[in-house]
Amino acid sequence: MARVVVDVMPKPEILDPQGKAVHGALPRLGFTGVTEVRQGKRFELEFEGEITDEVLAQVEKLAETFLANTVIENFRVRVEEAVR
Amino acid sequence: MKVGVVTFPGTLDDVDAQRAAKIAGHEAIALWHGDHDLRGVDAIILPGGFSYGDYLRAGAISRFSPVMAEIIEAAGKGMPVLGICNGFQVLCESHLLPGALIRNDHRKFVCRDQRLRIENNQTAWTSAYDAGQEVTIVLKNGEGGFIADEDTLDRLEGEGRVVARYLEVNPNGSMRDIAGITNERGNVVGLMPHPEHSVEALTGSGTDGLGFFTSLSRIAETVFA
Repeated sequence: MARVVVDVMPKPEILDPQGKAVHGALPRLGFTGVTEVRQGKRFELEFEGEITDEVLAQVEKLAETFLANTVIENFRVRVEEAVR
Repeated sequence: MKVGVVTFPGTLDDVDAQRAAKIAGHEAIALWHGDHDLRGVDAIILPGGFSYGDYLRAGAISRFSPVMAEIIEAAGKGMPVLGICNGFQVLCESHLLPGALIRNDHRKFVCRDQRLRIENNQTAWTSAYDAGQEVTIVLKNGEGGFIADEDTLDRLEGEGRVVARYLEVNPNGSMRDIAGITNERGNVVGLMPHPEHSVEALTGSGTDGLGFFTSLSRIAETVFA
């Protein structure tokens, strides 16, 4: 079993109202010193067997066409051993 | 004309859009997201709502529904397509229109009678208006902030592809006060305000939205005659 993780984040120049809302709540919880919060998404894709270059290429395509909107978001694909 | 109105799971305004098409003198045809069939319609409306619960991103999952494959192909051949609110989001996700729509900059849902200027009256959906005409149309959205990179914005402006612009108040943080845009050909229009809610004096802020639906008849006279 192996896992491919796709991290999707709003591009740095794109306003992130959700991150701002989280950041705004931090002082009320007693957290100080955080200068910015940005909120993204993490996708965990589970596979049977080896993660080949071919599989990674497929995940890249999937991320680019579906999981992320590259007009407003960046993404990163990486392999992670599944924790059982 | 036969105007198809698509219903996705989570669509809210399909019945209002059908009603607006009928008031404008068209035959409204209900289309289902799971069908590979446009049922012989002459034009398409993608109505507002929260298709697929806005899961992943607003419009992202709808974009890959069977009916959208047909609509993307038909739009490429020139069929008039109007995306309202969530429909606008679907059109951007489909790459039929450039840019994207993100959460309102003030983070609150907005619902108001919005002043707009019709900037381009040469599209399939705006020919009933005068260029520069100011109208009031219902606006309601949570993710209505139109964004694109500077080059795209400059190109949209330079090619006259900004269809409508917010007046007085920018209700959602849209760049350059953009409320609606069109594709190069002028057959595909995305609009954040809801003209289908502004077609009857009894239930709306007026009837300023009706022009989006009567514009189609003018197309029919010139193109399909």
